[in-house]
Amino acid sequence: MSRLLVCPPDYFCIDYEINPWMRLSNAADRERARAQWHGLMRVLEQDVGVLLERMQPVPGLPDMVFTANAGSIMGRRAVPSRFRHPERQREERYFEQWFRDHHYEVTLLDEGIYFEGAGDLLGFPDVQFGGYRQRSDARAYTRLSEVFGCEIIPLELVDPRFYHLDTCFCPLTGGELLYYPAAFDAYAQAVIKDRIGTTRGLVVPEPEALRFACNAVCVGKQVVLPDGCPETMKLLAVQGYEPHPVPLDEFMKAGGSAKCLTLTLDS
Amino acid sequence: MAFAQQTIRLHGHIIDSLILAKVMDTIHMMGGTFDLSEVRIGTTREEPSHAKIVVRAPSASLLTEILDAIQPHGATVERESNCLAEPAPADGILPDLFYATSHLPTQVRLGGRWIDVDAIEMDLAIRINHQLTTASAVPMSAVKKGDLIVTGRDGIRVIPLQRPRERDVFAFMEAPVSSERPHGPLIADIARRMQTLHDQDGGKVLLAGGPAIIHSGGREALAWLIESGFIQVLFCGNALAAHDMEAHLFGTTLGFGLSAGRAVPHGHEHHLRTINRIRAIGSIQRAVESGVITQGIMAACIRRRVQVVMAGTIRDDGPLPGVITDSIAAQDAMRAALPGVGLALLVASTLHSVATGNLLPATVPTVCVDVNPAVPTKLADRGSFQAVGLVMDAASFLRELARELGWKS
Repeated sequence: MSRLLVCPPDYFCIDYEINPWMRLSNAADRERARAQWHGLMRVLEQDVGVLLERMQPVPGLPDMVFTANAGSIMGRRAVPSRFRHPERQREERYFEQWFRDHHYEVTLLDEGIYFEGAGDLLGFPDVQFGGYRQRSDARAYTRLSEVFGCEIIPLELVDPRFYHLDTCFCPLTGGELLYYPAAFDAYAQAVIKDRIGTTRGLVVPEPEALRFACNAVCVGKQVVLPDGCPETMKLLAVQGYEPHPVPLDEFMKAGGSAKCLTLTLDS
Repeated sequence: MAFAQQTIRLHGHIIDSLILAKVMDTIHMMGGTFDLSEVRIGTTREEPSHAKIVVRAPSASLLTEILDAIQPHGATVERESNCLAEPAPADGILPDLFYATSHLPTQVRLGGRWIDVDAIEMDLAIRINHQLTTASAVPMSAVKKGDLIVTGRDGIRVIPLQRPRERDVFAFMEAPVSSERPHGPLIADIARRMQTLHDQDGGKVLLAGGPAIIHSGGREALAWLIESGFIQVLFCGNALAAHDMEAHLFGTTLGFGLSAGRAVPHGHEHHLRTINRIRAIGSIQRAVESGVITQGIMAACIRRRVQVVMAGTIRDDGPLPGVITDSIAAQDAMRAALPGVGLALLVASTLHSVATGNLLPATVPTVCVDVNPAVPTKLADRGSFQAVGLVMDAASFLRELARELGWKS
């Protein structure tokens, strides 16, 4: 049974602007955010059937809800994130402590190398991909490759709106890839086409990409994604997946959606 | 030449991700060049690959821009170390692992900074001063006990020659050495270079020549070139000077009548009498100043204050006063005359062509003229595309060159 780490949105709000989606003037509606978050949890637990681990939120750390950025886990090894922005750097010690408390073998990256966790490192059983340029450093993946003992192919993200790999790149359990090519540079697009092939590459249309259709949680044949992405849902259904749309626009105000709000604990 | 370089390393899954390709493309598109060395490709999917890239740019600011552009893709600047040095154990003896120079521009890293090695020349050692601020190439024989000599290979870098800006014969990567190429265009290019150096303040042309210049009938042309200020340095041996002055005094060279076109009776004595006469006068300079020798190559050199180095050999008759018979002393005198030379003409002497060629840094364009193809080939093969070889006799070359520059023969 899949386990996901989540963090309740008790202190979620728009407190600063560290990505193009955030506007201090576009304040989050606390009640609505709470309702949407619980809605997501309900779908995950009841419709998809995952086990949720809840961590304690911390006042003054509104983005802690985005547990995908806590770090990266493979087996019993965890590498906690090193955030590029000081605003989220304050979350680091809480995530590191959570990993230690839960008996993961923690490896820290060298100072000065940025890596924002499972938001940027995603993949398939035989190959992982690492998004770089906007947040994580390409050099982080050399080290992570050693730590996890696997191949990690860095992919350059060229659109600041798609600042984490998980906003435009979603590996599905059947080997297909839901993605938005324009978020990547020409070299990365060529690499993706080469590795995934055209039949398994599911290209999301721009309007839905901008609703973070790729920021989806895939468990077995179930895919939980933000609502308002009918084309993406059709693409998934054709491949035999059951899509579960969930309203999460309060979290889009912070530049995150379904996938950002979860961290897969077993992979 | 203005340029800057830095070594960077890329490590990781740089092949499959096309990051290596991207870095190379970026360097190229931004106007830099690079050399790939030490490329190790991982043998399994999990194994990382590694590449060492030397990035070069025409200016330090462009280099910085390029490095900034490739750094996000994971390129790390190589940590550079200073060079190592040991004291020479005795006069004229180098430490065992001394670094042996090439003729290419070279730098050593001292105190965290790259310093140019002065007076670069092939097959020498590098001496650094005790304050660790300057470096200079030094021959084995000139080393003193305790001199700091660069050893090993760390902290030393050689700058390959860039293609010259001028689009003339020296710009080709492979110097054509063949008797079956038209010489006219090559000689015209050489003449153009000499005219530029002549018009430039402080531009110097060196000619190293053998007695075949006189024997083949090139004396007037060379004398004209010197009188007209196109040659500032002359390297030769006893024979060139002797036969030049023999021609003045007797009208012969090695007893062969220059206008008669045939051997004259007792001709073989002429050069010996010439040498003897000059030895009695005391010096070539005095012979010219006193009016004994008034025309020809040596006279022109005295009048135009050309730097002349005459290096002796075991074949010499006499020798003439002024000929340096100690080979190491002769090398040193030749070395001392090199700074500022912008073009070297090596004409009709295997000994002087090779010796001079070995003293010159790779940055000086050289022209080697000889009837024996082996000599220009040998020099062109040393790996500098600024070496041009011409297989032709000395007189034909010098006469055509002088005509290009305005000589009315």
